[in-house]
Formats: sequence, structure tokens, C-alpha cells
Amino acid sequence: MNAEFTQDAPLLDVQGLKTVIHLPDGAWPAVDGIDFTVQRGEVLGLVGESGSGKSVTGFSIVQLMDSPAEVIAGRVLFNNEDLRLASEERLRSLRGNRIAMIFQDPLMTLNPVLSIGEQMAEAILEHRDVGRQEALRAAADALVRVGISLPEARLRQYPHEFSGGMRQRVAIATAMLNAPDLIIADEPTTALDVTIQSQILFEVQKLARDSGTAVIWITHDLAVVAELADRVAVMYSGRIVEIGPVDEVLDRSRHPYTLGLLRSSAAMVEPGQRLNQINGMAPRIDARPSGCPFRTRCDRAMSICAEQDPTPTIDGRHGFRCHNPMPQRDAA
Amino acid sequence: MATYILQRLLQSAGVMLAVSVAVFFSVYGIGDPIELLVPPQAGAAERLELIQRLGLDQPAWQQYLTFMGNALHGDLGRSFAHGVPAVGLILSRLPATMELVLLALSLAVLVGVPLGLFAGLDPHGKPARLILACTVVGYSLPNFWKGMMLILLFSVLLGWLPTAERGETVTVLGIRTSLFTADGLRHLVLPALNLAIPNVALVIRLVATGTTDLMTQEFVKYARAKGVRPRRIVGRHVLRNILIPVVTVVGIEFGSLVAFSTVTETVFAWPGMGKLLIQSIYQLDRPVVVAYVMLATFLFISVNLLVDILYAALDPRVKLTGGAA
Repeated sequence: MNAEFTQDAPLLDVQGLKTVIHLPDGAWPAVDGIDFTVQRGEVLGLVGESGSGKSVTGFSIVQLMDSPAEVIAGRVLFNNEDLRLASEERLRSLRGNRIAMIFQDPLMTLNPVLSIGEQMAEAILEHRDVGRQEALRAAADALVRVGISLPEARLRQYPHEFSGGMRQRVAIATAMLNAPDLIIADEPTTALDVTIQSQILFEVQKLARDSGTAVIWITHDLAVVAELADRVAVMYSGRIVEIGPVDEVLDRSRHPYTLGLLRSSAAMVEPGQRLNQINGMAPRIDARPSGCPFRTRCDRAMSICAEQDPTPTIDGRHGFRCHNPMPQRDAA
Repeated sequence: MATYILQRLLQSAGVMLAVSVAVFFSVYGIGDPIELLVPPQAGAAERLELIQRLGLDQPAWQQYLTFMGNALHGDLGRSFAHGVPAVGLILSRLPATMELVLLALSLAVLVGVPLGLFAGLDPHGKPARLILACTVVGYSLPNFWKGMMLILLFSVLLGWLPTAERGETVTVLGIRTSLFTADGLRHLVLPALNLAIPNVALVIRLVATGTTDLMTQEFVKYARAKGVRPRRIVGRHVLRNILIPVVTVVGIEFGSLVAFSTVTETVFAWPGMGKLLIQSIYQLDRPVVVAYVMLATFLFISVNLLVDILYAALDPRVKLTGGAA
């Protein structure tokens, strides 16, 4: 394998991924055929409202979907290996090792009766043939890197002795332990207050830059994406409706939904400008409209939107799915 | 921690006092033991002499004060029927009961925890449903009936095990036990099984529901996302959480089995404490009954304290501190 090829092949290549939720009245798609890639060292922001399928996407990549959810189609190529075809033991050896995850609620993700040291060390011990002492030393180093002092004493403590922000730092430190190729962070700062949120963003950004780790940052917060991401994918009703470089998508949005999100985000509008809500609510998974799922809330909807699902339009590195996109503006 | 234990001991003294009043006067109300104690051919003088010697001519409150006075000096009275100190009599029966209870509870934990984990991991599978159905039966069958059925099956029909009584014993560390002789163990199996069955069922149900619940917890999913092996997720993450309720239940069961295995001991003619209690109640042997209840209370209090201390060792969120109790 030559150097050029390695550089060109994306770290993660998701093609036609479809995950359904089995309900009594049928299988409803939570993720409905999505495609995207992540390059090495790249930060991809995955944005959407609750129920848009963004978290399901994250868990589907590592094949951690439990009944009643099931990945039923698509390919998830990670380092050119299709994870959908991988054995459970192969997946286990990748999880926490090459692909680490950070969960949304730091208060729920640590086992209350096991020490922080044990829970960090096991992330190493389950993947590498090293001694317990060495694993604990590595855990202590990782804690220092996320700004936790007196790491040896902290490792002997239990989750209830840590604040929410501290626990999320522990989760980030744990994710870093094996220098993974990819970190999937599922709304990791949503449960934290704003000052801690920006510290954590900074740490993750630094990590991605320093170690070449790629990050998929799942969030509903466009301001976070603007600060952190290289590229952004906007999800709606289980699809990616717009994807591209972050400046491109946020400054020259083509999909009305992206624009709606921007206009309703306090951090993203000029001071003094009015905040606009998007009309209505995201449709339930079992009551999505025909054609374009966003048409019932869209003020640019036309008759074709009810008849045909829009196909992706690619404009350079910028892609979107809309029959009546926002007109292209010149960068000025 | 020391303050906490001291505080608990003081509370215990209060509980013991209240129990002594309740038991003493209720046993007093059951009936007059003299009729049972005095031989029918005895004369009036002999009869009066016995009444005076046992202090039964005194009013009830006077008898209680005498009892308490002696109790504070460690003397809980002498058995009317056997003429020996009540506490000594009860404690002489303790090893027989203890070996029964320890065997039964070991079975409950060693069988109940693995089966409970197994059933809890796949609660809708056929094996799990079978196990859980068995626990309902095991828990709800009456003790005496189950005991008789065990005897009928294993002793009478199959002839594998003896029907009743304690087997050969040896003295180990000053305690007479049947745990170390083949004959002793053969005699132990059925009564221990009879005591164990409802507790095995209880532990299975407790562990199964706990496991099912814990496996859906976010920290289990997180452990999987870290690549932790399933064996370790169950054996460490889940089991460590499960042990907390198991310790509580086993502790409480230990107390009540030691004190009140009366039915099983009666069915199997096992010379333990429970059988002594029943005999003493029949004979209106007041000092033994009172001493028995006092010892049982003390046992419950000690076990509860021990459970709380174990709790703090198992759950880092629990701190034993004085103050609010």
C-alpha cells in the first residue's frame, strides 16, 4: 500500500447505511440510507434535532444497536474493512481501541460501584497485553492531559466523587487511552454547563490535531459545530439533507432546513436580529410525509416535493437534497 | 465509623429492652407452667415449695424486675424443664442449626446467583422462563409439605438418604459438627435442601430482575463501547451491582433461618434451636422462650449491623457516619 493511497482512502466510508426500529406495526427507518466519509484527523459535525437519527448513526457505525433497532443495509468501511460483516469479537477488538465513543450523559455512563482507575484501565487491558500497573499509569497520564490534577488519587475514587464535567473529562481521557483512529462523541457536552463545554471542545480539538484522531461530533448545537468541525452533515428524518465544509454549509446553506436551524440558533444570528423558529415539529418516525420529509415544515415547498423524494445534488464538496434549494450566493 | 457502630449499639440496647418487656409478659400470659412441672402425685407442700423456688409466687412485674436484674449480670434464667441455664441450653443447640443454615444459604448463593444471572441475561428465552417458573413453585410450596415430600422421595422410595435426625458428629475447634463425617453429611442433605429451596428461588428472582435491569443501563452500553468482553461485563460490572441486594437478603434470611427453622427441624427431627423452641413453648418453659427471643433479637441486630457494614464495603456511595440514623 503506497503512501498516496493511504492518504486518499477515507478513514471511514459509510454507504447507504439504513437502521430500522422494529415496532409492533412494522420496521421504521431511524437512519434511512445515508452516505458520508470521514478523513483521518478530520472533525465531522453531525447535526440535527432530536429524532433525526444522528445518535443512531453513531451507534450504527460501531454496530452497537440493540433490539428493537437493527442495521439492515449499507456498508460501513473503516480502514477498508466492512464493519457490518465483522464478527462480534472483531468488533469488540475495535471498539474502545480503534473507534472510541463518548456518551451523552456522563452521570450515567460510569459504573457507580467500580473505581475510576478500574474503569479506565479496563479500556487498555481488554485490548493490549500490558500489566495493571502500566495501564493505571497510562490512565493517570490521560487524566493529566484533560486537566485533572492529582491523577493517582483520582483513579482510586468512585464516580460519585466527580462532578458531571469531571466525569466527562474522564470519558474523554478514556477515549484517548488507545490513541484511536476515530472518536464518536454523542452530544458529549449537552449535559454540561457552558464554560465546561468550551473547555471540553478545546481539549477534543487539540487531541484531534495532535494525534491525528478523527472525530464525529454529534450535536444539535450549530454553534459548537461552527467552533469545532471541519465538515458538517445536517440530518433530518434519518437522512443527511446537507453536507459539506463547515463554512460552506453554514455561510452558504442550500437546504431550507439548515437555514432554519441557523436562524433559530441564538449563537448564530447577528445581535438584534430576530430568532425564527422552524414551523411545526419533526415528524414522528412512523408518520413521515411522502416525498421530501421536510416539506410539511418548509416555506419553499412546491408540488413536486410531495411527489418525489429529492435526490442528492453535488456542488463541489457541498451536497444537499432539495427540489427548491436556496439560491447560490457568492462568497462576499 | 466507630461513632456509627456505637450509635447502633445504643439503639440496639433500646430494642432489646422493648423486646424483653413484650416477650416476658406475653409468655406470662400463655399459661401456668406449674401444672406441667409438678408431678401429679406430689403433695401440696411439695407443690408450694416448687412455686416458691421458681419465684412464681411473686407478681408479674416483680418477676420481670428479678429477671432483668439477673439479665444485666448475664443470667437469663434457668430452664424449668431441664434445670440448666437457658442460654447454655439454647447455645448447645446452636451448632446443629448453624450447620444447617450455613449449608442452605451457601446453596442459595452458589446456585441462585449463577442461575439468576443466566435467566436475567435472556429473560424471554425458554430456559429463563422455565427457571423463573420453578422459582415460583419453589418459593410458594409450604415448608412442612416440601420436607415430607423430600423424605418420601429420597428416603422412603429411593432409600438414598436417612429420614431424620442428626448423623455422626465430630468435635472440631470445640464445636460438635456433622459437617466432617460422611454419615453426618448424609443426614444434613435433606433438611438443608428443604431450607435452601425457597432461598434459592428468592436469590434467583432477585439476581434475574437485577441483571435484566442492569444490562439496559447506560454504563453497560458504555463498557461495550469500550470493547469490554461480555464475560467481564457480566462478571464485574453487573455482578458487583447485584451483590448489594443479595447481601441484604441473605443477611436477613440468615437471621430468620437461625432463629426460626422450627418447621424444618421438626419435620426432620433435627436437634437444633428451632426444635428446642417448639418444645419449650409446649412445656411453657418460660425462661427458655424468653431467652430464645432475646438471643434471636440480638442475632437480628448483629446481622443487620454486619449487613450495613458490608453494604458500605460494596457500595462506595454508602458512608457509615453518625448523626442522622
